[in-house]
Amino acid sequence: MNYVPGTASLIDDIDNVASCLPQTGSIVTDYNKHLVLLRDGRTLIGYLRSIDQFANLVFHQTVERIHVGKKFGDIPRGIFIVRGENVVLLGEIDVEKPCDTVLQQVSIEEILEEQRLQQQTKQETEKVKMQVLKDRGLSIPKADNLDEY
Amino acid sequence: MSLLALTLACRCVFQLFYSFFKSLVGKDVVVELKNDLSICGTLHSVDQYLNIKLTDISVTDPEKYPHMLSVKNCFIRGSVVRYVQLPADEVDTQLLQDAARKEAMQQKQ
Repeated sequence: MNYVPGTASLIDDIDNVASCLPQTGSIVTDYNKHLVLLRDGRTLIGYLRSIDQFANLVFHQTVERIHVGKKFGDIPRGIFIVRGENVVLLGEIDVEKPCDTVLQQVSIEEILEEQRLQQQTKQETEKVKMQVLKDRGLSIPKADNLDEY
Repeated sequence: MSLLALTLACRCVFQLFYSFFKSLVGKDVVVELKNDLSICGTLHSVDQYLNIKLTDISVTDPEKYPHMLSVKNCFIRGSVVRYVQLPADEVDTQLLQDAARKEAMQQKQ
């Protein structure tokens, strides 16, 4: 793999299990989880284990986090392999930054129900919008179908 | 000669904007993504695919994207970037124009 030092690379983000083993006299640090935003709007949180030049990712102990308004819910997913073209953004979760102040965690059933309602209202407004545009002879292409290079 | 001038002087075929971004490392930029998310941060590094690494990020628009609250550094895939907003005084537009002209001449041949 061509790794040029100083370029934007995920090589330093990989959470290597082997390097987590305690050595004599040192304190074991708690390695950070990573958060990835996907093109379809999903958020996955887990330990980043592997990467490649296409930004394909291997996530361990993955949790899918669904946000609706101020509430969120976590669904445990296990091991995920994410194809690079679906990755929007990858971030390192900082345990020190205060984050639980505004967000309220709810159960999986509740958040899925909230999400379903949110999708429903969004689809209805989209339908109305598309109809209005169609009447005027216009159309807006959806962002996730645009060509890749 | 500025860093930008030096890097642009050497012949690189598809590397015009890669070199341009390399000269902007350390500056504050706002990256707008194709999913309408805008992220403000310091440009840490860039690569040949124009993937961007930002440090000390904050979501500029009203935080309808709460998932980013605890993230300080992030890697943005080049293919999802719509715009990169730059401070105007950091960019030498004349130099950039000349370099682009040179690239176009080279590619024609």
